Amino acid sequence: MKIMVPVKRVVDYNVKVRVKSDNTGVELANVKMSMNPFDEIAVEEAIRLKEAGKAEEIVVVSVGPKLAQETIRTGLAMGADRGILVEHDGETEPLAVAKTLKAIVTEENPDIVLLGKQAIDGDNNQTGQMLAQLLGWPQGTFASEVAPEDGSLSVTREIDGGLETVKLNLPAVVTTDLRLNEPRYASLPNIMKAKRKPIDMKTPADYGVDMGTRLTVLKVEEPPQREAGIMVESVEDLVSKLKEKGVI
Amino acid sequence: MKKTPFDTEERCAYRDSMAKFVQKEIEPFVDQWDEDGDFPWELHQKAGELGMFAAGIDEKYGGLGLDHDDAFMRAWSAIEMGKSSAGGVMASLGSRNIMTGPIQKLASDDIKDKCLADIVSGRKGGALGITEPGGGSDVANLQTKAVKDGNHYVINGSKTFITGGMKADYFVIGARTGDAGLAGISLFFVEADAEGFSRQSVGGKMGWWASDTATLFLDNVRVPAENMLGQENMGFLSIMNNFNYERLMMVGQMIGMAERCLDESIKYAQDRETFGKPMIKHQVIRHKIADMSAKIDSMAAWLNQICWMINEGDMPVEQITKAKFSASKMLEYCASEAMQIFGGAGYLRGNPVERIYRDVKVMAIGGGSEEIMRDLAVRQMGL
Ligand SMILES: Cc1cc2nc3c(=O)[nH]c(=O)nc-3n(C[C@H](O)[C@H](O)[C@H](O)COP(=O)(O)OP(=O)(O)OC[C@H]3O[C@@H](n4cnc5c(N)ncnc54)[C@H](O)[C@@H]3O)c2cc1C
Repeated sequence: MKIMVPVKRVVDYNVKVRVKSDNTGVELANVKMSMNPFDEIAVEEAIRLKEAGKAEEIVVVSVGPKLAQETIRTGLAMGADRGILVEHDGETEPLAVAKTLKAIVTEENPDIVLLGKQAIDGDNNQTGQMLAQLLGWPQGTFASEVAPEDGSLSVTREIDGGLETVKLNLPAVVTTDLRLNEPRYASLPNIMKAKRKPIDMKTPADYGVDMGTRLTVLKVEEPPQREAGIMVESVEDLVSKLKEKGVI
Repeated sequence: MKKTPFDTEERCAYRDSMAKFVQKEIEPFVDQWDEDGDFPWELHQKAGELGMFAAGIDEKYGGLGLDHDDAFMRAWSAIEMGKSSAGGVMASLGSRNIMTGPIQKLASDDIKDKCLADIVSGRKGGALGITEPGGGSDVANLQTKAVKDGNHYVINGSKTFITGGMKADYFVIGARTGDAGLAGISLFFVEADAEGFSRQSVGGKMGWWASDTATLFLDNVRVPAENMLGQENMGFLSIMNNFNYERLMMVGQMIGMAERCLDESIKYAQDRETFGKPMIKHQVIRHKIADMSAKIDSMAAWLNQICWMINEGDMPVEQITKAKFSASKMLEYCASEAMQIFGGAGYLRGNPVERIYRDVKVMAIGGGSEEIMRDLAVRQMGL
């Protein structure tokens, strides 16, 4: 079995993002960038499947700037086998990325595309679903458990009411949720080994994909400052305060 | 983004891994482990998996390979560990890093096959025994004796302040095999289960609470002659060479510890108000922050230069000894100023600033005291 794991380079989750002074986006200059945490979970899951003897090869793919090579390299240092970078400097909107991934899937023929449910920059939560639709593949989104069975995949999904288990025929698209696993740290020996693993450099033109944007950002603003709360003494106190405010 | 010309992708990746490791596996437990005076052995193995003991070790023992040694990787991982404020934890984890060097370089294949993979993976512990109850600074005068008896050596004496010594399975021990002075010392590989070997915990330490520290007693301990590491009476040189990396790591740790003092100070000063405004708005506090930050930056730049020199091939002993005592002075300053910024709150147990303040002295004394470092530096200057 072959697993393809798309990963995105985003602002590190520890960074407190700041809105640019002209309100066109968030400040990216001199900001630490890392692999999207949900994608890290996807890489980890793929490696676990490989370690369990269920998969043979893991290909990490990214659509983004040249520096996204580092993000791919992180995946390789965790244990993936090789990388593909589709170099693109501008915005990467979900539909354009999904189309690029579809083209790569056609070349690579993976059995599973395993990716984060969303990236923590735009929180779009669209790429996996769009890719499944474009490919006409079954999808298991928000996975908290992935178990391969003969020719199929059992995916436990985190949904509003609790958990739902679906059975997908392969090939399939799976998007990961937070509780699927705890990603490993890239170890020093593996970081050194990753240097020797190949990364193919491609462009959107190689796949005939138009990366042009379809969305217009009107304005990016800081969320309103949260006001200080008050401490209540007891449950009764809380209930009466809520009643006072007319909330209940 | 690159901050120094030395920021390669692999170094930054490893530093990131270390930072995550510290944040998840150490930070949440530091206070508890300090109070317990211990930490779970599992952490040694996790650190081993991460590659913390892999530098300078053959690939077949789980190391990075001898041609992949990189001083920046070593030093930067020490910085990240230092930021944890968990001095005792880094001491007990790191004790093996000051004994695997002599084993890799000087031990027979049999000894390496026996112990290195287990030590490097963190399954077993290792410690270095040089210091004796009679003294640590004057290494050339050490008193533990090893006498040749057929195909064996018989070792008698004691060692104290041995970090990691209560849990270690393997030791590198300095002992006298020849005349008085530095030309009569050899190094030996000694196993904890050897007959005549016993140990006792050194209690009541000012800092490094989570680390195990031992006094070792060697009472007619017989070891095969092949347990001698390197040539007879050449041990002093090996000990001095080994100190270079220990001191480099300590400089890194001290930079990390000082950075933590600075970070904690900034957070606290932003949060706490005195005389009607946040402390960070008072000029005196701002100047403390500026001074701490500048001292850390210059030490970090110096450390990078030393790493570059090491990678170029020559061990810059003069620079390392000067950096070692300068770093402990820098740390002493930063820890003290951070304590001042915290005020009474800093005087209470259970915060990183208080812990680092207690650990300043072991950094200023262990691995070669400030006095001895100055002496060595001036000698290295040819004076
Ligand atoms: C927590 C802890 C962990 C340690 N871990 C280890 C370990 O794992 N392995 C190991 O071998 N050792 C270890 N040590 C020992 C450490 O290396 C020694 O404490 C150190 O070398 C100083 O030796 P000493 O304590 O015997 O002091 P002494 O040598 O007795 O010196 C006392 C004081 O006199 C000063 N002094 C000595 N000679 C001179 C001189 N000629 N001129 C001016 N001043 C001088 C010294 O700087 C020091 O301030 C550890 C120490 C501590 C505290």
